[in-house]
Amino acid sequence: MTLTSLAFYLFATVAVASSFMVISSRNPVYSVLFLILTFFNSAGLFVLLGAEFLALILVVVYVGAVAVLFLFVVMMLDIDFAELSEGFLQYMPIGATVGLILLLELLLVFGASSSLVDANPLPQATPEGMTNAEALGRVLYTEYVYFFQAAGAILLVAMIGAIVLTLVPSNNPKKQNIANQTARTRDEATENIDIEPGQGI
Amino acid sequence: MDSVFFDTYVWPALIVTAHSLAIILALLVSLAFFMLADRKIWAAAQLRKGPTMVGPFGLLQSFADILKYLLKEIIIPTTANKPVFILAPFVTMFLALSGWAVIPVNEGWAVADINVGILYIFAISSLGVYGVIMGGWASNSKYPFLGALRSAAQMVSYEVSIGLVIITVLLCVGSLNLTDIVLAQETVWFAVPLFPMFVVFFISALAETNRPPFDLPEDESALVAGFMTEYSSTLYVVFMIGELANIVLMCAMCTILFLGGWLPPVDIAPFNWVPGVVWFILKMGLMFFMFAMTKVIVPRYRYDQLMRLGWKVFLPLTLVWVVLTAGFLQYFGMAS
Repeated sequence: MTLTSLAFYLFATVAVASSFMVISSRNPVYSVLFLILTFFNSAGLFVLLGAEFLALILVVVYVGAVAVLFLFVVMMLDIDFAELSEGFLQYMPIGATVGLILLLELLLVFGASSSLVDANPLPQATPEGMTNAEALGRVLYTEYVYFFQAAGAILLVAMIGAIVLTLVPSNNPKKQNIANQTARTRDEATENIDIEPGQGI
Repeated sequence: MDSVFFDTYVWPALIVTAHSLAIILALLVSLAFFMLADRKIWAAAQLRKGPTMVGPFGLLQSFADILKYLLKEIIIPTTANKPVFILAPFVTMFLALSGWAVIPVNEGWAVADINVGILYIFAISSLGVYGVIMGGWASNSKYPFLGALRSAAQMVSYEVSIGLVIITVLLCVGSLNLTDIVLAQETVWFAVPLFPMFVVFFISALAETNRPPFDLPEDESALVAGFMTEYSSTLYVVFMIGELANIVLMCAMCTILFLGGWLPPVDIAPFNWVPGVVWFILKMGLMFFMFAMTKVIVPRYRYDQLMRLGWKVFLPLTLVWVVLTAGFLQYFGMAS
């Protein structure tokens, strides 16, 4: 057994175990923390495959940004943990069915393609003499550039949509014009009034 | 058989372990002096002397402080979430220390000179927020929680501009390897042609490490001590070491990306006699001095101003600069 396969079994075991903990732990914050552990181990698997660029992008995007927002939301929930876990058994049949269907489909796919896999050698992560980022960039920005742009446009639309849906127009928007604020001088902002004693303003 | 196993697995592992331990030890000792330097600079700007009592000129003050913290009792609030509460400071510290695995302090001196070094550092620094969030949530108390929320939003916002600045530098280099980035600056440091990006990176680094003027997660006038309110003794000092290690890591990043790493300022006789590691430490010291001076002279930002600066000023600025740099390199045929 080589070091690589040892590392593979370590990452794979921890990934599966922690993804089980994601759905089984009572506290949603623990769930997110276990999800982060799962992401890390998946990143480790990517590194073993020779796709270190993908591994680090996984960490940056999913762990560094998406999971932070998950945690952000989950932390602010005020939930009764005991009550939450009661429904676990109730939804078990549905979840089990979905899982079973997925498993069957995967088996079908692998069963059908195993003859193909044997015939062709597994594709290399990167072509010879090229770094990960370079290989990805070549494919993404030349062959698939329109798909790439389309994906970007879809994300932009989604973002604008979310903003439009959640923006509540206010009668009294507290907008600040920074240029005005910094351009304000003492002469404009203050006034020197000479008040007679006993008069008031 | 045995000797083959020893040569292929055990011996390299031992070397890497020794190398990492050496780096961590040197780093931790230097952090003590960075801490002292921070306090001394702050004191000098306010016409005080700073720590003077422990050791000559107070040089050993930080060690005395650490010893004091370690010997105190650890207090964990009864309603706190104990495992996460204890985990949080260690997450901060280990992440900050693990970033140093890829920093080349001299040509070929990095523990791991990986191809995607810059991305690794970026990933590590984007994970730094977890220590803060976990600590703030696990304390189960009002001020730490608010501090954690502020920190999460702040660090995610400023990562965007840091990422775009890094992309600008990468466009000029054509590699994600930190050693290549330094070697690409042999003719001119990137701080000169990319000066606006240098400024943006510096300010974003302040925000990313929760340094003043962006230390809103631990804003003492509004949030007591922010996410650290409930921390004491050893856990507190671990948090502090993590934060400081992050700051020094950011100084090293500035040095590598913009100040030419271990390269001398000009490649002529008296300058290139000095070993590269000395230049690296000098440049890092300069960056740290700027961090410290910013803490002294700039008043704390308001939270909405912080968000405005990140999203409405830095994001468009860096985005335009990325496009301009790419266009420039392409037009003059300098794209690598």
